[in-house]
Amino acid sequence: MIPPFNALEFGIVVAMFAIVTVLGFMATRWKRATSLASIEEWGLGGRRFGTWVTWFLIGGDLYTAYTFVAVPALLFGTGATGFFAVPYTIAVFPLVMFAAARMWSVCHEHGYATAAEFVRGRQGSTVLALLVAITGIVATIPYIALQLTGIKAVIEVMGIGGDWPLWIAFIALAAYTWTSGLRAPALIAFVKDILIYVMILVAAIYIPYKLGGYDVIFHRTDTALAAKGLNTLLTGSQYLGYSTLALGSALALFLYPHAVTGVLASRSRETVKKNMSLLPAYSLMLGFIALLGYMAIAAHVKPVGGTAKAPDSTTIVPVLFNSQFPHWFAGIAFGAIVIGALVPAAIMGISAANTFARDIYQPYFRRSASDREQGLVSQIVSVVLKLGAVAVIVSLKPSFAIEFQLIGGVIVIQILPAVVLGLWTRWYHRWALVAGWVAGMGLSIYMLWVTSSKTAAHFGSASFAFKTWGFDTKMTIWTGIVGLIANLVVSTVLTLVLGRLPRGRDETSPADYEVAGEPAAVGPMEAPGAV
Amino acid sequence: MLLLLLPLVAVLVPEFYNYRSPAIGGMPFFYWYQLAWVAGVAVCTWIVYAATRNSR
Repeated sequence: MIPPFNALEFGIVVAMFAIVTVLGFMATRWKRATSLASIEEWGLGGRRFGTWVTWFLIGGDLYTAYTFVAVPALLFGTGATGFFAVPYTIAVFPLVMFAAARMWSVCHEHGYATAAEFVRGRQGSTVLALLVAITGIVATIPYIALQLTGIKAVIEVMGIGGDWPLWIAFIALAAYTWTSGLRAPALIAFVKDILIYVMILVAAIYIPYKLGGYDVIFHRTDTALAAKGLNTLLTGSQYLGYSTLALGSALALFLYPHAVTGVLASRSRETVKKNMSLLPAYSLMLGFIALLGYMAIAAHVKPVGGTAKAPDSTTIVPVLFNSQFPHWFAGIAFGAIVIGALVPAAIMGISAANTFARDIYQPYFRRSASDREQGLVSQIVSVVLKLGAVAVIVSLKPSFAIEFQLIGGVIVIQILPAVVLGLWTRWYHRWALVAGWVAGMGLSIYMLWVTSSKTAAHFGSASFAFKTWGFDTKMTIWTGIVGLIANLVVSTVLTLVLGRLPRGRDETSPADYEVAGEPAAVGPMEAPGAV
Repeated sequence: MLLLLLPLVAVLVPEFYNYRSPAIGGMPFFYWYQLAWVAGVAVCTWIVYAATRNSR
């Protein structure tokens, strides 16, 4: 069933899209540099972003179309389990606060632009750096694809057929990212966040008011979920799955290249740390967005698109807005979702492209590549990656992309030992870390392979059922945690075995991890506190 | 640093909050408890940030 086309909604979305595109091109002149032809400038905005810009940039980076399309869809479809996104985005900030600060300092000191570069400098291992680079890029592509799924859901609900709007969005996005680099999404993130906050404030008050209060929403949801054997509370066997999913997602988040970019683009170490206490504001928004899933149940929303057997539940939020809001406000909300998807897609494209140019192209294809050449490679790759993401969306079912993204977290967490432990210690041997990566990745992929879902025989879900291994329980665990444990065990044991083999050269010194980066003089360096 | 552990434990152990009551304005405990910790974590990280501002 395709909903009727509404010219007002469409007009508002197109107008908002046009404004943002113009802003994207204008961003070239913002915090102007003499030339944008290097990764430092194009891909990291010259590392000059202050507290506010960083807040909007990382916020725009982490709270994506996944947040406002996929998370409510999860609550809509599975009940309480879907709320894991809230503890996940709470846990992430205390977890990464000090790691991000140390990462910023050492990268600032040595001019590293990616996690892989840090690993190469720290562990003296090009193999390990290459693994980190590839892992990051592979995990990012489905994430970009997912942003486009969000745009696609909105387009579908507006009653527009075909894929052409996606291509137009892609061309505009590719064009202004090409000219303005990271400055474009950073500037657009301001607009995006203001829109999203307005949208969510209105939605969290107006929709419950229209439906008769949260009382009614939860009551109706309980009844509807009970009919499917689900609940608005967790059952005992879901506890482990819920906490490991939240913890694992939190650990994985800042390993993604786009999150690293957000951190590195800020002006100082203090900016990074301060942001870890300012960013939770977004989580509150996320919580209310998640509850839109229940509001959709209470409002008897029927997803559009997909097949009769497996309806495309990513459309429920746009459908909800369409049915509850007047058309003009639905149009604004749709525009907000589209822009909210474009910002992270741009950052992700830039970061993955930086990683390719710095860590694969330069060391393996052209050692002599100049800054200008690396910048150009990065620009081209960023277009190619986005093209790939559009192709994924156009050719595959959207539900597939969401599963893909969950799997992205499982994959990216395998670089945690090499990157994060490396921030504190060099105890681990470089080849032990390589072996740990192989073991962890191998086990995770195997576990994903044997996990089926209603629509897929393999790679069905990132939650692994112990039942698969013959245990008599309904408990599940987030696959990435199991892989990470295997990774750590192998890395540790092999470090003990390989202890005497030659180690790589470490080009960093302990003080590098404490650099403040602000012009003000810094007191004597102290040993880092444990986290 | 214990201050950073507090919100982690608080939200990662569902045994603490997997209840329906007390509800606030019709929202079960499970939901408002976790939303409340958003403010909690902001306070905790801010204190740590402020405390480590000048002694890295």
